[in-house]
Amino acid sequence: MSPRTLRQQEGRAGLVLISPTLIITLVVVVLPLLWAIMLAFQDVRLINIRQVGLFGNYTLENFAYVVSEPGFWSSLVNTLVYTVAGTGLSIAIGLVTALALRDRFKGRTIVRASILIPYVAPVVAVAFLWETMLNPQYGIVNTWLDEPIAFLSQAQGEFLGIQVPVALLTVIAFEAWRYFPFAFLFILARLQALPSELDEAAVVDGATPTQRFRYVIMPQLWRIIALLAVLRFVFTFTKFDDVYLLTGGGAGTEVVSVRVYNFLTARDDIGASAAQSIVLAVFLVVFLIVYLRFFAGGEREQGR
Amino acid sequence: MSRAVEPAMSRDRFERGLLKVLRPVVIAFLFLITGFPFLYMVMLSVRDIQELILDPGSLWPRAFTLDTYENVLTRQGFLVFLKNSAIVSVASVAITLLISIPGAYAVARLRFFGRRQVHFLFLAVYLFPAIVLAIPLFVFFTMIGLRGSLIGLVLVYIAQTVPVTVYMLRNYFETVPQSVEEAAAIDGCTRLSTIWRVVLPLSKPALMATGLYAFMIAWNEFLFALLFLVERRESWTVSLGLSQLAGSIEIPTTVLMAGSVVLTLPIVIVFFAGERLLTEGLTAGAEKG
Repeated sequence: MSPRTLRQQEGRAGLVLISPTLIITLVVVVLPLLWAIMLAFQDVRLINIRQVGLFGNYTLENFAYVVSEPGFWSSLVNTLVYTVAGTGLSIAIGLVTALALRDRFKGRTIVRASILIPYVAPVVAVAFLWETMLNPQYGIVNTWLDEPIAFLSQAQGEFLGIQVPVALLTVIAFEAWRYFPFAFLFILARLQALPSELDEAAVVDGATPTQRFRYVIMPQLWRIIALLAVLRFVFTFTKFDDVYLLTGGGAGTEVVSVRVYNFLTARDDIGASAAQSIVLAVFLVVFLIVYLRFFAGGEREQGR
Repeated sequence: MSRAVEPAMSRDRFERGLLKVLRPVVIAFLFLITGFPFLYMVMLSVRDIQELILDPGSLWPRAFTLDTYENVLTRQGFLVFLKNSAIVSVASVAITLLISIPGAYAVARLRFFGRRQVHFLFLAVYLFPAIVLAIPLFVFFTMIGLRGSLIGLVLVYIAQTVPVTVYMLRNYFETVPQSVEEAAAIDGCTRLSTIWRVVLPLSKPALMATGLYAFMIAWNEFLFALLFLVERRESWTVSLGLSQLAGSIEIPTTVLMAGSVVLTLPIVIVFFAGERLLTEGLTAGAEKG
C-alpha cells in the first residue's frame, strides 16, 4: 500500500465518522434556517402552508409589516436595555464572586454549590419561584416592604422621586441573578490559572490589594471578560424563556423574541414571525459588529 | 525612607482591613441571595396553602405536610411529566453521545476534507438563536404530524447539543496519547475497536461531563417543549407542565412549589454528582444558556 491510499482511507474514515454530526446539524439547523429566511419573504399562515410553493410569491410585505407594527421599536429598545444591563450585571457580580471565593475558607464548597444553583436549576422553576416570592398578595419579599410592589406587573413606579421601569428592572435583576454563576465559573477558572509570581512580586513591591487588582489581576482577566460579554450578549439578546415566563412580555418588558412567539402562536402569522426573527438576528449581528469594533478600539487604546 | 513608606503602608493596611471585613459580608450576601430562594421553595412546598395566605411572611411551616407532593404527582399528573422528561433526557444523552463520539474522534485525529471548516459550523450552531429555528421547526413538525410527539423534541435537543459535545470531547480525545492508539493498531485493532477499547475507557471523565451537559439541556429546556407539546397534555415535560399549571388559579401555590421541587431536584442532584467534571468541561467548551 502506498502512503497516499492510507491518507485517502483516513480521509474517508473521517468523513464517515463525522457524517452523523453533519447530517443532524444540516437537517435540524441549517435547512430550517434557510427555510426560515424563505418563509420571512412569503405570505404564510399555518392554514395555507401547503399551498405556498418554494418558488412562489416572494414579497417584502412581512418586513414592512413587523417594522411598522406598534411596539416594534420599543421592544427593540427593551431587548437592548435588557441585554446590556443583564450582561453587564451578571459579569460584574460574577467577577466579585470569583474574587471573593478565590482563596479557600471554611465552607467554601457549600457556598460555591449554593451559588451555582440558580444557573443549574430549570428556568421554569426559578421563574415560578421569583413570581411567588414577588407576588403582591402573598410574596415573602412584599411582606418585608412597607408597601407592596407589583414587581412583575407594574410598568412604571417611583423610586426616590424618579420614575423607574419596575418590571423591566425586575427582569434584568432576574437575568443577573441567574447568569452571574456562569460568569463566576469562567472568571474563577481563569483566576486560578493565573501564575502567582506576578501577584507575589507586586506584594513585595508594596502594592495594595486594590492596586494589585487594578494593575496585576484585571489586565489578565480582560480577555475572558470580553469573551463572556460576547457570549452573554448573544444568548440574552435572543432569549425568550425568562421574559416570557416572568411577565409574558407585559408591563413594558416585551422583548423581540416574545413578539416572534406571539406572531407565531397568537396571530398564527408564520411569515411575520419569521420576518421578525430575521430582523432580530440582523440587529444582533449589527450590535455585535459595533461592539467588536468598539472593544477592539478600546484594547488598542489601553496600549502596550 | 520610613516617611515615604509609611502612608503606603497604612493604605495597604487599611485596604487589607477593609477587605477582611468586606469579604465575609459579600460571601454571606451571595450565599443568601442564591441559597435562600431555594430553601424558601422547599419550605413552601411542605405546607398548606391556607398557611401561606394567612401568614405570608413566615419561613418555617407550622404544620408539615406532604399532601402537596401527592397532589402534584398524581392529581396534577407530574408523574407522567416526569416520565416524559426522563425519556426525552435519557434519549438525548444516549444519542448525543452516540453521534458525538465518532465525530469528535474524527475531528481530533483524522485528516479529512473540511476538517478545519467544521469548527466554524459548530461555533455558528452554538451561537445561533433558538428562536429563529423555532419557527421553521414548528411549521415542519406541524406539517408532518410530529408535533406532540417526543421524537421531534429529542431531535432538536440533539442538534443543539451535538456541536458543543463534539467540541468538548475533541479537546479530551486530543490529550489521549497517540502512541497508545498506535499500539492498539499494531495489536490488530480496527479504527472502531480502537475507539471502543482504548480511547473511550481513557475518556470516562469527558464522557460523563458530556452526558451531564446533554442531560441538563434536555431536562431544563422550555421553548421547544412549549411549541411542540403544549396541545397534548400527556406529552408534557415537567418544565412545560409547571409553566402551564402555574397560570391556573385552582391549583394552590404550595402544590405548584412541590412541583418546582420535583422539577429542580433531579437536575441539582445530577449536577452535583458530576459537578467537577462538568464545570471543567463547561469552561473549556462554554455552555449555551
